[in-house]
Amino acid sequence: MLQYDLVVVGGGPAGMAAALRARDFGIQNIIILERAETLGGILEQCIHTGFGLHYFGEELSGPEYAARFIELVEDQKIEYKTDTMVMDVTEDKVVTAINKEDGLLKIQAKAVILAMGCRERPRGALSIAGTRASGIMTAGTAQKYVNIDGYMPGRKIVILGSGDIGLIMARRMTLEGAEVKMVCELMPYSGGLTRNIVQCLDDFGIPLYLSTTVIATHGKDRLEGVTVAQVDDKLQPIPGTEKYVECDTLMLSVGLIPENELTRNIGISMDRITNGAVVNEMRETDCEGIFACGNVLHVHDLVDYVTIEAQIAGEGAAKYILNQQEQNVQYVHITAGNGVRYTVPQKVNIRSKDDIKVYFRVGQIYKNAKVVLTCGGKVVSSKKKIKLAPGEMENVIIPDEVLNSLSDTDQIVVEVEA
Amino acid sequence: MEKYMTCVACPLGCQLTVTLDGDEVISVTGNTCKRGDAYARTEISCPVRSLTTTVKCEGGIHPVVPVKSSVPIPKDKMMECMKIINSVTVQAPVSVGQVVIHNILGTDAHIVITNIN
Repeated sequence: MLQYDLVVVGGGPAGMAAALRARDFGIQNIIILERAETLGGILEQCIHTGFGLHYFGEELSGPEYAARFIELVEDQKIEYKTDTMVMDVTEDKVVTAINKEDGLLKIQAKAVILAMGCRERPRGALSIAGTRASGIMTAGTAQKYVNIDGYMPGRKIVILGSGDIGLIMARRMTLEGAEVKMVCELMPYSGGLTRNIVQCLDDFGIPLYLSTTVIATHGKDRLEGVTVAQVDDKLQPIPGTEKYVECDTLMLSVGLIPENELTRNIGISMDRITNGAVVNEMRETDCEGIFACGNVLHVHDLVDYVTIEAQIAGEGAAKYILNQQEQNVQYVHITAGNGVRYTVPQKVNIRSKDDIKVYFRVGQIYKNAKVVLTCGGKVVSSKKKIKLAPGEMENVIIPDEVLNSLSDTDQIVVEVEA
Repeated sequence: MEKYMTCVACPLGCQLTVTLDGDEVISVTGNTCKRGDAYARTEISCPVRSLTTTVKCEGGIHPVVPVKSSVPIPKDKMMECMKIINSVTVQAPVSVGQVVIHNILGTDAHIVITNIN
């Protein structure tokens, strides 16, 4: 069996940043295992710009953002294997992987960082009536066809879901000469960034229909059209609002699911809202020495935040390996209060010597609301926000002196006061 | 005349109303901060956008390679630029930052490669 100090599962932005930070903390014996042909993860097909504004202070395309980390991984001589699929990780940190060159690999690690990213919700997860005609695909699949494989998946497009990938693909297909007829969004608001709605839809006059969904697809071999309908406040189609729209392609941008098969197999506790692991402030799961970061932990809207989170996990793993972790551990669970869907981390060590930044998402759009942090019954901070939206990740900071003053029976609550 | 737009200077997304007299901006309302005012005036006088797409690439791992405009280009020239970019084929190996088209359509923007292939 091979021996490594740190095995990183996934060579996207999270995996690379985590490995690099662990190296900064002195871990020499690191290996990154990546399923695709190259490092970089999903950034390789995200050729649009807008990445790196927070982390680098400049606007980069996805491949450029990835390239900066790939170069560092090469410079630092961090070992990696591409085309390598991790099949299993055990509680004892034995990692099993396969590839064409080595066959079956078994690695005993001191620590493991899970950075497998997420995948798109497929058609099967929606109940749309119709045949299995070709021309129905997720927006990310279409993005790979156009940006990596270099061909157009269709000419007349309907997009269901107004997440960022759907919006980006609306622009991409239009630039390449396709006709994007509409973007339908089930919810009364878009889950995409405002900038993308303006620059991907408004710029090209593509209509966005809110509270609208696709209820049926038509066509036998190739998609010929879809039926769209408005939905009521219970998200049920309203009879009489059905409309037939001719199209040869339906792209789905209906949500992302963290890819946690490995995590679940280990038996790690999961958060039912994020569909990722429950972690502490260092992004360590409840299986000692196994950390998680990036979209496998919770879906991020900006890669910049993935990088920052992965660096925390990298530092945590390094300290675990070097036996420098805080010995005196007393966890307090963070409660997602009124208006808050989830927080990451979900629990914090109240003996932590650092301030802890807690990331969270709200469940609906709020205007002129307050974000209130309560620790042990006392309001620690109450921050006014002009706007809070489900599509934008927010954060609050718990100062170390507040944490250290708590006992393990105290509660920490993050909530929205409308 | 009035024009309506959504400000993208920050995630707030203020709904702006721009009052125009011909091409001249009389007033901007609906903005929360002065960045909104500046955004609206630029959008009226010379709206620009970053253009990202792919060019055909022969002899590499993938048949296309991503490119971007080195600086934002006028919004109304995007489709014309696409035609020019789609008529070009580059030969692998290519590197990040390599210029494919100089000063496209006289916009002062170069079309540069953003990934290896």
